[in-house]
Amino acid sequence: MTVYLDHAATSPLRPAVLDAYAAALRTVGNPSSIHADGQRAREVLEEGRERVAASLGADPMEIVFTSGGTEAVNLGIKGLFWARNAGGGAGAGAAAALPRPRIVVPRGEHHATIDSVEWLERHEGAELCWVELDATGRVRLDDLARALGDGGDVALVTALWANNEVGALQPVDEIVALATAVGVPVHLDAIAAYGQVEVDAHRTGAAAISVSAHKIGGPVGVGALVLARGWDVEALLHGGGQQRGRSGTQDAAGAAGFGTAAALAAEQLAEHAARLAALRDRLIAGVLANVPRAVLRGPAPTGTAPGSASVVRLPGNAHFTFDGCEGDSLLMLLDLEGFSVSTGSACQAGVPEPSHVLLGMGVDPATARGALRFTLGPDTTADEIDALLAVLPGVVDRARSAGLARRIPSLGR
Amino acid sequence: MRILAAMSGGVDSAVAAARLVEAGHDVVGVHLALSRNRGTLRTGSRGCCTVEDALDARRAANLLGIPFYVWDFSERFADDVVDDFISEYAAGRTPNPCLRCNERIKFAAVLEKALALGFDAVATGHYAEIREDAAGHRELHRAAAWAKDQSYVLGVLTAAQLDHAVFPLGATPSKDEVRAEAAARGLTVAAKPDSYDICFIPDGDTRGWLADKMGAEPGEILDQSGAKVGTHAGAHAFTVGQRKGLNLGVPAPDGRPRFVLEVRPSSNQVVVGPKEALAVAELAGARFSWAGQPPVDAEAGFACQVQVRAHGEPVPAMARVVDAGVDAGSAAAAGARELVIRPEAALDGVAPGQSAVVYVGTRVLGQVTIDRTVSAAPLPAALPVPV
Repeated sequence: MTVYLDHAATSPLRPAVLDAYAAALRTVGNPSSIHADGQRAREVLEEGRERVAASLGADPMEIVFTSGGTEAVNLGIKGLFWARNAGGGAGAGAAAALPRPRIVVPRGEHHATIDSVEWLERHEGAELCWVELDATGRVRLDDLARALGDGGDVALVTALWANNEVGALQPVDEIVALATAVGVPVHLDAIAAYGQVEVDAHRTGAAAISVSAHKIGGPVGVGALVLARGWDVEALLHGGGQQRGRSGTQDAAGAAGFGTAAALAAEQLAEHAARLAALRDRLIAGVLANVPRAVLRGPAPTGTAPGSASVVRLPGNAHFTFDGCEGDSLLMLLDLEGFSVSTGSACQAGVPEPSHVLLGMGVDPATARGALRFTLGPDTTADEIDALLAVLPGVVDRARSAGLARRIPSLGR
Repeated sequence: MRILAAMSGGVDSAVAAARLVEAGHDVVGVHLALSRNRGTLRTGSRGCCTVEDALDARRAANLLGIPFYVWDFSERFADDVVDDFISEYAAGRTPNPCLRCNERIKFAAVLEKALALGFDAVATGHYAEIREDAAGHRELHRAAAWAKDQSYVLGVLTAAQLDHAVFPLGATPSKDEVRAEAAARGLTVAAKPDSYDICFIPDGDTRGWLADKMGAEPGEILDQSGAKVGTHAGAHAFTVGQRKGLNLGVPAPDGRPRFVLEVRPSSNQVVVGPKEALAVAELAGARFSWAGQPPVDAEAGFACQVQVRAHGEPVPAMARVVDAGVDAGSAAAAGARELVIRPEAALDGVAPGQSAVVYVGTRVLGQVTIDRTVSAAPLPAALPVPV
């Protein structure tokens, strides 16, 4: 038996998505071509765009398709930064004074964001103003207000809608309100939140929102930046000018697959979120009851209504630390038992690093090494959760003894 | 058996894992991330532990159909192998980092973690054999292919470590055979060049690397009488027995070539002299271990062969364990014991810090890290004592 509990990494393609995707892949035509084949491809593309827009409370012309979440985040952050500093030294390096050099960014963001803003700092003269998290991984609004100041020299605020590791839903309405009050645009990375909570672009008022198809059962290699009408981005990719701020032949089949997944996600959101939350709560209760010294990281779950402000944790996310364990030991032992899970943090050459999210929440590095993230999806069942709960205490015991072995060598001298 | 196959990304460890799978063992492949600069690509055939090596190991494991994981031991490796390497050189000794890695990482930290996680043994692609004596005790032996034999760097293994070590390549006649087997199995690493030298010094320039880490200060080169015969750019750039690169300003009276006899890091001095002054009549150290059952006559003294370099020649010797302080000049702490080895014929170019591995025939008895040597031709008393 294999149990897949890593839906935050990628979620299986839904059957209806595969059908739509495959059907579109079988046809020829560049959506930019003028002939009938091109027009048919354009129709497939725009239909997909409309469905994605509808799932996000946005207009179709606000959807910029990208090659995935990473490109969307890069375009949102770099594109807004450059556009906000246009004519003021952008591209001329750090020597020329920028009118709005500051980027306000919370700790614990995804690496697509961290690496983008740090690149802007190194190469484009950006100044980074980090906003602290509370112990549950939520952005501290008082610190955000401090970082914004009067906003005059701030290019943008960028923040996660929901933290992909510890599942903390951010106070996005308050974040946007604080930034908007001082005239600063906000980019929201909603890649982890999309499909589990309501992501409504117009209601939120963000300048840009990043999403990805494969986290909601769509194809890998397709994402979107929702770019509100009032804002422009400077392009990352130059060429045919096919979309606002993005060149490159448009992927009609990808749009068809994404559109189908988006429509399903929107249609089933309330039911899906409630189902996931119930399974998650079963998992959390079981782990805390059966595994000694397990600590739930991220906010304690409250409420299940997807649009409700009382929801503070992603319904499909359960994240724990098991002190005295190494995350890689836990992962290996669970994998050998047939459970696919994650430490939640970024890897280099297959080695999990201690999570910067946990460190940003004030967790000490040794404890942060023993982290495990379980993320549930539409195919997850209560039996699978129970099967996990049956093996987890033994796995943690064993990983703890291995963690201890590493500190007190006995076979060596 | 449940075996953890340490897979470096090279051809040897891939074939070793393949043989274990074929023999019906429950095998899991693990790549050890030892370098802190994993993002770099391998240059030429040198070095290891890059992302590329991790990928090669992963692909080999995929082909074998075994689970594969990467374990991060970079911190332990930096502390126990790299820092040890630097501090040994800083103390004027000549360490062997591969041996240290086997002693402290592969068959210590990794093996212990593996045992705690439910494995029975750790397998590597080393060329060496494990055999059992009549009583069932494990013994470490040279590989069938002496040209590839790696028993020297495994000389540090203890009986407890040998009980959980597996070397599937030990009986292979040659490396060509291993490559042919890898090709026949469809392993993409079949033609991958051998790694050599020191894995954490990928360009092979040990002197330059050490100068980077330790800094280099100019100092004096002295002859055996204490007379200054030249200058150097940094004492750690020299090893005992070295002849080239001395650039001595004052020729030897007899016009014969001179060799490094001693490196004195505390006074930043290098002592040179004629080849015969390199001859070592005795070597000893307090850090010794037995690779299996200790010799019964360890204290009375026993006949053996001693090898002081990875690919050096074994030479006949007598060895015995003594209480430190019995032999004049011992630096070992009171109450400690030393393994003292007297080769039949004097050995050349033996430096403190090196390991002397003791064999009887093909069997590895044990090893000692050399603390001190006794010259066959002692330096004249006139040589000034460094401050």
